[in-house]
Amino acid sequence: MLHAHLRVRPRTLRLLPLAALPLLAGCNLVVLDPAGDVAKQQGDLVVISTILMLIIILPVMALTVFFAWRYRAANQEARYEPEWDHSTKLELVIWAAPLLIIICLGAITWVGTHLLDPYRPLARTAPDRPVGATVKPLDIQVVALDWKWLFIYPEQGLATVNELALPVDRPVRFRISASSVMNSFYVPALAGQIYAMPGMETKLHAVINRSGEYDGFSANYSGAGFSGMRFKVKALDDAGFAAWAESVRNGNASLDRAAYLTLEKPSENEPPRHFASVEGGLFDAVVNMCVEPGKMCMRDMMAVDARGGMGLAGIHNTRQLAYDKFSARGTAPTSSLGFVSATCLPQPGDGTGSALPQAVDLRPLTGAGLPLPDRRAAAPWPTNPHFAASAAAPFATGNP
Amino acid sequence: MSYEPVSISPLLGRLSLDSLPLHEPIIVATFAAVAIGGIGLLAFVTRLGLWGTLWRDWFTSVDHKKIGIMYMVLGLVMFLRGFADAIMMRIQQAIAFNGSEGYLNAHHYDQIFTAHGVIMIFFVAMPFVTGLMNYIVPLQIGARDVSFPFLNNFSFWMTTAGAVLVMMSLFVGEFAQTGWLAYPPLSGIAYSPATGVDYYIWALQIAGVGTTLSGINLVATILKMRAPGMGLMKMPVFTWTSLCTNVLIVASFPVLTAVLTLLSLDRYVGTNFFTNDFGGSPMMYVNLIWIWGHPEVYILILPLFGVFSEVTSTFSGKRLFGYTSMVYATIVITILSYLVWLHHFFTMGSGASVNSFFGITTMVISIPTGAKLFNWLFTMYRGRVRFELPMMWTVAFMLTFVVGGMTGVLLAVPPADFVLHNSLFLIAHFHNVIIGGVLFGLFAAINYWWPKAFGYKLDVFWGKVSFWCWVVGFWLAFMPLYVLGLMGVTRRMRVFDDPSLQIWFVIAGIGAAVIAIGIAAMLIQFAVSIRKRDQLRDTTGDPWGGRTLEWSTSSPPPDYNFAFPPVIHQLDAWYDMKTRGAQRPVEGFRPIHMPRNTGTGVILSALATVMGFALIWYIWWLAALSFAGLIAVAIGHTFNYERDFHIPAEEVATTEAARTRALAAEA
Amino acid sequence: MSATILKGSVDADEPVSFYDLDEHEHPEGHSTMLGFWIYLMSDCLIFAILFACYAVLGGNLAAGPGPKDLFDLPLVALNTAMLLFSSITYGFAMLMMQRGRMVHTQFWLGVTGLFGAAFLAIELYEFQHLIHLGAVPQRSAFLSAFFTLVGTHGLHVTFGLVWLVTLMIQIGRTGLIQANRRRLMCLSLFWHFLDVIWIGVFTFVYLMGMLR
Repeated sequence: MLHAHLRVRPRTLRLLPLAALPLLAGCNLVVLDPAGDVAKQQGDLVVISTILMLIIILPVMALTVFFAWRYRAANQEARYEPEWDHSTKLELVIWAAPLLIIICLGAITWVGTHLLDPYRPLARTAPDRPVGATVKPLDIQVVALDWKWLFIYPEQGLATVNELALPVDRPVRFRISASSVMNSFYVPALAGQIYAMPGMETKLHAVINRSGEYDGFSANYSGAGFSGMRFKVKALDDAGFAAWAESVRNGNASLDRAAYLTLEKPSENEPPRHFASVEGGLFDAVVNMCVEPGKMCMRDMMAVDARGGMGLAGIHNTRQLAYDKFSARGTAPTSSLGFVSATCLPQPGDGTGSALPQAVDLRPLTGAGLPLPDRRAAAPWPTNPHFAASAAAPFATGNP
Repeated sequence: MSYEPVSISPLLGRLSLDSLPLHEPIIVATFAAVAIGGIGLLAFVTRLGLWGTLWRDWFTSVDHKKIGIMYMVLGLVMFLRGFADAIMMRIQQAIAFNGSEGYLNAHHYDQIFTAHGVIMIFFVAMPFVTGLMNYIVPLQIGARDVSFPFLNNFSFWMTTAGAVLVMMSLFVGEFAQTGWLAYPPLSGIAYSPATGVDYYIWALQIAGVGTTLSGINLVATILKMRAPGMGLMKMPVFTWTSLCTNVLIVASFPVLTAVLTLLSLDRYVGTNFFTNDFGGSPMMYVNLIWIWGHPEVYILILPLFGVFSEVTSTFSGKRLFGYTSMVYATIVITILSYLVWLHHFFTMGSGASVNSFFGITTMVISIPTGAKLFNWLFTMYRGRVRFELPMMWTVAFMLTFVVGGMTGVLLAVPPADFVLHNSLFLIAHFHNVIIGGVLFGLFAAINYWWPKAFGYKLDVFWGKVSFWCWVVGFWLAFMPLYVLGLMGVTRRMRVFDDPSLQIWFVIAGIGAAVIAIGIAAMLIQFAVSIRKRDQLRDTTGDPWGGRTLEWSTSSPPPDYNFAFPPVIHQLDAWYDMKTRGAQRPVEGFRPIHMPRNTGTGVILSALATVMGFALIWYIWWLAALSFAGLIAVAIGHTFNYERDFHIPAEEVATTEAARTRALAAEA
Repeated sequence: MSATILKGSVDADEPVSFYDLDEHEHPEGHSTMLGFWIYLMSDCLIFAILFACYAVLGGNLAAGPGPKDLFDLPLVALNTAMLLFSSITYGFAMLMMQRGRMVHTQFWLGVTGLFGAAFLAIELYEFQHLIHLGAVPQRSAFLSAFFTLVGTHGLHVTFGLVWLVTLMIQIGRTGLIQANRRRLMCLSLFWHFLDVIWIGVFTFVYLMGMLR
């Protein structure tokens, strides 16, 4: 009586996906049938790996059902060997079979991971079309903002928000960063995703092969406006792309640092926007987190750090944020120091060697907003936000 | 959500009337329901006059069996909360189409998915698994209790304290809106300034103390307290998997503690470990949290692998096939679980060689796991398989888990992960292994060991209703998510604009509803079984024809578990005793040395809760006071040297005589 | 033990015992040392994470001061000596305990406590000096990692001192009974463990910091 249920069960299980088939026919499995060559190869890998594993999964499932049925207690005909618990041959098989599959899969993984490394420039735009040595990929700089996407086209000298236009069949090189928190840049039709992280740059090489309109979005939760962080991807032929660029350039908005700092403030469900021109070096400033005037770039900071820092004099080289992007998320004042101020530095490798400003007292110049050391001695540095709440107010207004 | 910086008063910190989410009707209604239910429960307990019993026999108990049961109750209560979150998410995602915002705003929805993950992992799966190990392991190794009985009680209450803090966040303030692992910079003070992440941190830290101590306790118990003759390779498989799980706990939870400490330093003191500025590195958090997070997955599943081994062997009426390879497979999984953490973020851009290394190590784990599955298969082979409820859950597990395992290996292929990472495919995958593995295993375990714990079997009819609802509901709820993942739908979305997706979310919602019926059926099963306990009674102590030592004693076992420690000659010790006609000794009893109950654990945990709450709300004086209290009580406890007593020989004799009579009546 | 424990294969004809009828109780606390050792290993893991953080973030000075600007090696060497001496004196205390001499044990425990307190005082002085300079934990990831690593060790020493004092009171009240001996053993493990960690801190943070 008990095993009767078991008889139904596996069948039900197998019927479930079958029942879903008509539904599947009507939906767009973009991951398995994308419009870009990179995504296509990744989708193919999904299918190949699945088939490879089904070689072992299906027999296991079938055996499970078969053994459960064959050796049910009611079936007194079946052999019963209560003491049998070991067979070297079987043991070999059950370790070797998965091992073989994993060896195959591991080989595919190693090769596939290297070939489809997002950092690797494309070798082909389609299975039979290698990329010529002279072809220069289209550069697009991507910044994940709260909560929208900024795309900068340095070659075309324009920028867009929440709209990505791509020329069909031309390799594209994305340089990706973020302004505040981690996001993930993902256009399923184009290629796999890669994280967009503040202060860091990730890369993605991809190509789109079919013109049309596709979806892009953030695939890593980033806060309240995350659901609306979507954009349309327009895949256009060369002429269409040129026309699109021209139309964007005919607009009158321009994206300079000040405009970027305004744009960076949190907003949700932004409609597409166009900028006819972009200030040079904006993306590099974003990656180096020094769009704000007077803030030291990460690159410079790392160069200074590599030489042992700025010594004791560097301690007070910090400022509170004049432009308070944090408060937009309701940040209570904390004991955060704001940021490190920019100083005039010799660029790394310019031959000045260790002639860094060593013991220059920068306090009068850049110590704005911080108590002087003698005052600090009287009032030790706040170690709790409670203290900071009262102490930070004069900081924010800044003192001379 | 208020955007103005909150003022901090010296007396109440950030806490004010505005902290109560009175403007959220859903939460107010929930609060009303919880309050009425809670008051009802308290009144009921008071009316029955059970407070004294509860305090003396349960809350202050150091008996591993009672603590185990309390863990299970905690897990069950929190499971209902976590599942309510799941249902709310399913409804939101099923209706938020065509310009509709659904019924949850971002502030509420983002808390729900965070809370769902945190609760299900830390306060459902962990208490269930810990409770199970607590109850079963000492019985399986023929011990009378764990190595450190007081610590066990303390661990339980610390876990409870964490759960209390999470529940508080529902009604006072808010919970984190960061996702269950709270990646910075989002979880940093700059982007999550309110109390949510602080609730997260302190709930996990306090519960983490309990988990780590309980891990230490069980490792020491298994290594030191085994009955004479039980060498390591004669330990039941469940004990083996428990040993490996607890080794994993001891070797991974400190990492979580350290990482969360650093995050709280960033948030409270303003250090720069994971901030964007001043040289901090958010990527380090992601690495560190997954160095804990991946072993955590195996902490949850390994004990259930043990359960499936016990159940398969018992209900096939056969020795477990390949015990040795089962043990080595468990050990290999334990070790390998530390070498795969990076597969959770291939998309961070680590480079092809690093990604393939971690991808391949991940796949390698599937080899011992596959071997285990084959071992269960060949245990059924040439057996006499009785399809009682535990065995039904086991077969359902085998058929479900392989699919989850397959999609897991798929996600370990980095290029495939690039297109499926963070998608609903991933969600479907891990629910496939956690529900299909951990939960099905727990249900098998509950149905299997319930008669041991309470002396009567669980009702079969409602058990089957629950089983079918769960299995069917699971596939209905998660198959659509696989499909949606392949359609490029990402996780944690609140609204959608593509109407063609809706049908799948509706199907998933129906699946969740079917699961809800399954849960209700399980609760009914418990209630019906309690009512029909006289019909379902088992007086033998061995209702299933068990093979391991826990079945050799009465059901429920006496406080001291075994009047005389069993002596073990081979694996499946109880089966061996039965086949060779071991005679249960009926005289010559001696006084038995047992640990004494203590209320210190409850007090310490209450103080820890207060301290956590004070720290969350910046009520510094209260935090300092409760911390001082914690230290004082802990030190005070060490001045008590009288922590044990002897159960008199006469009492043992009386208890054992009753069992002798019951066994004779049965025969 | 009346029970015969068979090894290897079981011979069915041989009469075997399945119950240990003449049980010897597990002596109280027989798992304590193992349990405490496991705890120490888990604590060690916390330090491992803090060391790893320091290794990763130690170079991120945020254009602020580096180890060479801040560390005072002679002071730290003195500090190290304090802790090393305290380990030796703890060893003396344990020797005295084994000989059952309570007063001597207490004396050496007291000396250990004084050395430990001296270590803490010097460390606090160092921290105070750094904070006075403005090299606060908030200034850079390097300083965050430094203060956290060294501070966590300091907190452990503080906790060890509280424990030490508690234990001295308990020994004073109940003498060198078995339970107290066990506790002394645990604290001994803990104390030497902190010493080992400090050697790591001294080498890895201070010495290598000055060399870099």
